[in-house]
Order: sequence, then structure tokens, then C-alpha cells
Amino acid sequence: MSRKDIAWFEECRKDDTPLVGGKCASLGELLAADIRVPPGFAVTTEAYYHFLTRAGIKEPICKVLRRIRDGVPVHEVGEETRRMVLEAPIPEEVETAVRASYRALCERCGVEDVPVAVRSSATLEDMADASFAGQQDTYLWVRGEDEVLDKVKRCWASLFSDRVIAYREEKGFTHENVRISVGVQKMVRARTSGVLFTLNPVNGDRSKVAINAAWGFGEGVVSGDITPDDFLVDKVTFDILRRTVVPKPEAYLLDEATERVCRMEVPEGDRAKASLSDDEIQELTRLARRIEKHYGRPMDVEWAVDADLPFPESIVTLQARPETVWSQKPARTVAKEKPKSALDAIVGKLLAGVPVQSKAQTVGGV
Amino acid sequence: MANGGGFPSPHDVFTIPGTEGWERMYPYHYRFGADDPERKQYEASMFWFYDGLHYPEPIYPFDMIWDEAWFLALSQYNTRIFIVPPALGVDHRIINGRIYITPVPVKDPSEIPARVEHFMKRAGYYYENWDELYAKWETKMKGVIEELDKLTIPKLPDMEEDSVVFDAVGRSSGYELLTAYDRLIQLGILAWQYHFEFLNLGYAAYVTLLDFCQKAFPGIPLQRVTQMVSGIDVILYQPDEELKGLARLACELGIEDEILKERSVEELFEELKKTNDGRLWEQRFEKAKYPWFYISTGTGWFHHDPAWIDELEIPLSSIRMYIQKLKKGESLDRPLGELKRERDRIISEYRDLLASDDDREMFDNLVGTAQRVFPYVESHLFYVEHWFHSIFWNKMREVSRRFVTAGFWDDVEDIWLLNRHEIKQAMWDMVTAWATGTQPMGRLHWGPEIAWRKQVMEKFKEWTPPPAVGTPPETITEPFTIVLWGITSETMAAWSKGKEAGEGPVRELTGFAGSPGVVEGPARVCRTVSEISTLQDGEILVCPTTSPSWAPAFTKIKAAVTDVGGIMCHAAIVCREYGLPAVVGTGNATQAFKTGQKIRVDGNTGVVSIVEE
Repeated sequence: MSRKDIAWFEECRKDDTPLVGGKCASLGELLAADIRVPPGFAVTTEAYYHFLTRAGIKEPICKVLRRIRDGVPVHEVGEETRRMVLEAPIPEEVETAVRASYRALCERCGVEDVPVAVRSSATLEDMADASFAGQQDTYLWVRGEDEVLDKVKRCWASLFSDRVIAYREEKGFTHENVRISVGVQKMVRARTSGVLFTLNPVNGDRSKVAINAAWGFGEGVVSGDITPDDFLVDKVTFDILRRTVVPKPEAYLLDEATERVCRMEVPEGDRAKASLSDDEIQELTRLARRIEKHYGRPMDVEWAVDADLPFPESIVTLQARPETVWSQKPARTVAKEKPKSALDAIVGKLLAGVPVQSKAQTVGGV
Repeated sequence: MANGGGFPSPHDVFTIPGTEGWERMYPYHYRFGADDPERKQYEASMFWFYDGLHYPEPIYPFDMIWDEAWFLALSQYNTRIFIVPPALGVDHRIINGRIYITPVPVKDPSEIPARVEHFMKRAGYYYENWDELYAKWETKMKGVIEELDKLTIPKLPDMEEDSVVFDAVGRSSGYELLTAYDRLIQLGILAWQYHFEFLNLGYAAYVTLLDFCQKAFPGIPLQRVTQMVSGIDVILYQPDEELKGLARLACELGIEDEILKERSVEELFEELKKTNDGRLWEQRFEKAKYPWFYISTGTGWFHHDPAWIDELEIPLSSIRMYIQKLKKGESLDRPLGELKRERDRIISEYRDLLASDDDREMFDNLVGTAQRVFPYVESHLFYVEHWFHSIFWNKMREVSRRFVTAGFWDDVEDIWLLNRHEIKQAMWDMVTAWATGTQPMGRLHWGPEIAWRKQVMEKFKEWTPPPAVGTPPETITEPFTIVLWGITSETMAAWSKGKEAGEGPVRELTGFAGSPGVVEGPARVCRTVSEISTLQDGEILVCPTTSPSWAPAFTKIKAAVTDVGGIMCHAAIVCREYGLPAVVGTGNATQAFKTGQKIRVDGNTGVVSIVEE
């Protein structure tokens, strides 16, 4: 069977996680459900595996990693394995495929050296039990074939960051079987971005959509080093139930000169303003409903408002993952026992907070 | 002496100079501080809140009849009829013309199990047979209204008719007048007995659904729960539908310009009589009157709020407003299908979000029960407060005319300064003097008293009543208090805070979030329904309260703000239907805001604020 080094997002489905990783599989799913995402492709796990074997570093890496059990500190092991990855050459077939795909993407977008985000798309990361989103590297505003190739390799190396190695050790995952895919996706010129949950993360209430938003790129919101505006919306009626607009003195913005996204000061006049309009909040709520319906479970979505596009096309999804906290808890039910008649519930409500002796305590149901 | 919660003691509220002795205008058992230690101790231990929802102004002695009526009716259903497990009745007192009430709980927990058993049996019977019993209720209520309508208030002739002798009647007009007055009062009390026959149970079902939804979907706006159960075809909308129908008919007949011409109702009908089309329209107008014009311009609780039937200018000006809309090509239709679809969508989506089949079963039960009981909760207002009361006030004016004839007072409207018990006494004075052929004491007694009472009422109006007196409970859980008056632990806290904030110009008021949405716009303060013709498109209505006769206003405005009312009040219901933000029960928006100010209404949080002077 021939190897597949590249998969366009359009070709990916959720069953393809072993090949393209959770992130890219999920982007493919979104496209299939008619949910707008920026275009791009995955450099597959097969390409990664081919790289390891062709460079002859698979076994040596495993050997180094095993030293952890002999008490060698994680950071030493990590540094050595990362160096091994970064110094190894990319097989020619893979390099050619990546270059050709990037050129094709530039053509699709009508932009020469189109800026892309290069992100790792782990095969493990999005499994319901192993949420360590953002623990692998992401490179923004990458332009040109050489840069893309360089960042792909850096993403491969991020599989051996100290944190990720420690995480696998702690969870007892074997290092040998871990594969990684890398997503290459057109950069959005984000005016505002953030994350949303299709439930209230505070109490697991599924009738809400919780939105965190800040100016510029979403890196600060995802990593938590920027305090975002916070909105809570009723998923059924679209009522905006809570609006917490905070001062946002800094943001991750594009430095036009260096073409790098860096943490910069927000112009004075914008700091206290809400980073989303009510229309945008409601459009995001519609988006959350579509994504949740498509997956049939609570989701965690990264999104952005593209400064170049008119509303509502401006709202794009960057990433959608299954929500991992509340999904694993027992369902939040109201009825503590088998429901009785409405009358039982009414009596129960009337008696709520009222001290009742013996017998009647069996009555109050709700 | 202030107690722990910062509310005055009910026994320390001061008497306004010049009103000393005001207590005699009202039934004696409404006074605080009878000279008895046990009663005083009871009063001091309870939390009495001012019922501003029903009584935004001091209450006239006669208008006390409805307070006495509901004091009895609400309380008896809780305590003696349905045996609501934790709650007895609601006790009443009066201070400087303002009604204070307190819910009375069952004190001894050992009584509750037995009460539960009775309640399950009795309330259960009503919930199970609701539709059938409600149909009977309508028959009973229409019977009461019909009897009231037919009741004549006899005149006192110089000499009785021959028939009294030749038919051997054996009774005089004096006796008949006394009897007619008694029957009039009885019918009033009876209407209020029926008023509460279903209401407590209706609220209980609603509160339970509300509670369930708040547990399942924390933070769900109350108005959305209401939207799941509110009736859409309820008769409360019918009066307004009649006016729209008349506007449409006028346009179809091509006589709309005749109707739009500024002139009195009499002049208009004089003109309309001249053509076939005009006569056709007039017939339709006459037909609509009964019963749909028996709708008060206020809540129906006060003698001074006229009904449409009393002032035909009011419905006519609304018809004119609708004709103008039609001429602009706008539709007057309520999007019924859309409203129902939206209601059903909300119910089914929330249902799908529940976490278990048990929850869904419970939700279905509760929504079903609440939907069954809700049309009553909305419709009883039309039967009792509007239809019955509109006729009742005019019967009382008829009674007053007998007194005017007998020289007791000159102004028919003076009768409201006497309470119903005093009127009975005065009537004995009148009929015995008539029978005897002497002068009644009437004017000698009532002349100075009425003059004094008038100035007392004026002084009462200037007094700002404290929101509550007595000892606040730790928390408030009693469901009727929460739903009807919106009194919660949070409101109590807000009241204490409001007092500390002290005087100063108000920039912001908080009420109940009655209908969602946020808008800014110019305020238009309308103190009575007659002022709604001044409303301009896109203004925000600021008013004491609304009733169905205010309906035409809602097609022009951007949002509504009221002084009184909870999430179930008319303004909130109508705004939800029209998709307009509303904040209700703000306390004193009509005083705090002025016409022309730019204000912001946040129907999600219940806050109204001034944006620009």
C-alpha cells in the first residue's frame, strides 16, 4: 500500500485521526458539515514515520527516552531527542510533497507565499481522556516553502518537549507508539479571536454557550495569559445572559514590519471596548449549535473574526475538540429519583426550605 | 426604632400632621398596634411589605372593598380550602392609606404531613379536572356578571306605585334599595371568591416549573419559562383585536378618512349615520362593545380608572392609530403561527438539553400542567378586574346618585370617601328618613367628614411609604410572595441598600427583567392611557402600569418601563410578544425619568439608566 504524506482538510474525516491527528481530522469534519474553516492540509503521521525510519532515528530516540527510567532528568532527555529530530533530514518525497501542497494552497488563496499557521496535530491529544491542548508548538504567520518545512520539523520535535514527555510518563503512554501529524492552515487576519464551549464550563449546563474573546489572535486566550471578555449565551433563545467586558491593555497582534504575531499594546480607545458585537456573539452561538449538533456532543471551539471579511463570513472556526471535563462526569440531572406526577413536584417545591417532620419528607421529589 | 434588618417597626411609623384619626376611614382590624401585647408582638415579629404592585397610590375608603375581598379569598384557599402545606394566608394592615401585607407560614412542622395529604387530594382534583372545572368557572363568572348587569338600584319615590298595593308586594323601595346595595356588595365579594378559585394553584404549578428550569438551566431568564407556557389566544388580547378589526373594516369600506377627522364620538356617529357604510361600521362598533369595551384603562382596582365603555374616545383614538398604520401599509396582525412555532421550538430544544429521561418526563409533566393552568392565570383578569369591575363602579355611581338626590353630598364621586360599611349606615339614615318623612342627618355628618377625608387623601399622596416594616425573615421561600410580588431575598437586600444610598437625583433604576433585549431611545412618560396618543415611533414608554387598553402603544414603541408589575404583568407579556425589551416594577420610573431624556433599557438585567439628559 502506498504511503500518503499529505491530506487536504477536505479529505479528512474523524476516523482519520491515526493518519492526520485529531485537529486535522476535526477540521475535515467541520468542512463536511459546511462550517467555515480556513483552508489547508495535513502532513500525515505516515510522513512523520517515514521521516523517523528513513533518518534512522526511531530506535535511537526510544533508547534515549528509556533513560528516564534510569533517573536521567526529563529536560536532558528532551533536549537530546529534540536535537535528533531537528538535525535529521526530511526525506525528499516528503519535502517535495509539502512544497507542492503549500504552492497549491498559495494558489487557492490567491496570495503569494500565503501566511499560514503550522500546528502539530497529535493522534493522542484529542482523545477524550487526554486533554493537553496547546502543549505542542504552534507557529503563526509562517511564509514561504522553506519556512513551512522548517516549522513542520519543529512541530515533529515538539512531540519531545519536556512537558509532553513528562505527560506521557505520568499517564503511562509508551513513547514508541506516539505519532504526530502537522496541520498547515491559511492564517486568518484575526481582529478578535477566542474560544467557546457549547456548555457552561462552570457547572456543565448544556443550555448555554460560553464565549471568551480578546482582540487579535487567540494565542493569549488559549494559553490564558490574556484576560478575555466573557459572554454567556442561552443556546436555545440566543439571549446574552452575561457580558463581562474587561480592560484589555495588551493583545497578540500582527507586527506588520516583522510579520510576526507578538504581544503588543492595544490602542487606548479600544481597551475598554467589547471585543465582539452582539451580532457576532449570536452568530458564534449559531456556529456553536451547528458544531455541537454535527458531533452530537459538547465541544470546545477555537474561532476568529477575520478582519478582511464582511460579517457573517468573517466568523471562522479554527479548531473544534470534544469537551473533556463535563463529558466525563455523570449527567447533571434535576430529578433525584424516578419522577412522579406534576402534583408531587408542586408539593415538593412548596415544601422546599420548609422544615417538615418525618412522613412528608418522602413526598418532595424535585 | 430600627431592628436588625434596617426596617422600621410597624408600631413606630409616624402619623402625618393633619391626618390624625385617619384610621376610622378603614376597617378597624387593619390597624397596627392595637393595645394588646400579644397582637403587637405578632405584628412586630412579621415582615410586612408595601403592596405597591396593586396600590401605587393611597387607597380610597370605598376601594378597600377589593382589598378586603382578596384578603379573604386568597387566604381561605391556602388555609381552609386547598390546605397548601407550608403556607397559610396573607395578612393585611394599613399605614397612612397604604396596604402592607405579610405571608403567614405554617409554624408547627408537625402539621405539615397532614396538610400534604389533604392538599394532594384537593389540589390534585383541580389539576386533574382543570379544563372541566375551568369551563364551570366561566359559567359561574358570567352568571355573576349577568346578575350584576341586571341589578337595578331603586329610586325612592314620594309615593309607591299602585302595584305595591294591588300586587300585595309587601315591601317598600327603601327596603329594595338596601337589599340592592347588599346584593351589589355581595356580588363583588363573590366575584373575588371565584377570582382565587384557580389562581393559587396556577401559580404553584408555574413556580414549580420555574424552579425546575432554574435547576436544569441555571440563569435561564424567567421570561423564557413564561414564554413556554403563556397562552397565545387568551381573551386578554381580544379587546385590542376588536379595535384592529374596526380599523380594517373602516379601510375596506373606504370611510377611514371620516373616522380620522378630529371630532367627538357623538359628532362622528352623527356623520356615519348618513351612509350605509357608515351605519355598517357603527353596528360593528356597537357589537364590539359588549363585552370587549369593558376594559379598564388601569388595573381595574380603582374607581378613578375609566373603562373604554365610559370614555369611547379612548378606543376611538386607538382605532385611529391603527388606521394610520394601515394607511402606511403596515400590518396589524399578530404573527400567531410564528409565536406558536417559536414557543414549541423553545420547549423542544430545552427538553433535548435535559440530561436524563427522568428529567424529560418531569419536564413534560410540569410544562403540561403549567400550560393547562396558564390561560386561567391570564384570562381571569379580564373577567374580574375588567369586565365585572367596569360594570360595578357604575352601579356604585348609581348608588351615589340616590345620596345626591337625598342631599347627602353634591358630587357623585364623593361616595368613594366612605367605606362600604359606612355607606350601609348612611343608606339606613337615608331610607329611614325617607320612610319617616323627616330630614336625614346625612349632610350634617358626612359634609365635614368628606371634606376632611379629601385633604387627608392629598396628604397621604405626598408620603413616601417605606418598602417594608417589621422583621425580615432570613430568606424568602414562600412561592406566592415571590411570583406575585417579586419579593425575594435579593429585593430585601436592595431595599436596605436603597435606603442607605439616600436622596439625590436617580440615574439608574432596577426592576424586573420583563422581556429581553437592550435598546436606547428617547423616553415618553405617560401617566394615563389618554396620553399614549402623544407617543412617537421609536420612543420608550415609561408609565405606571399598563392594561389591555394600552395595547396600541406597543406597536409604536421600542421598549417599555413600568413602575409596578412583575414578570407576569401585562406590559411584560405584551413586550415579549412584540419582541420589545421591558423592565417592569421599577418603583418610580415615572418620577425618575422625564420625557425626552435618552434612556437605556436592559431587558436582560432589569436595569434602566439615563444616557443623556
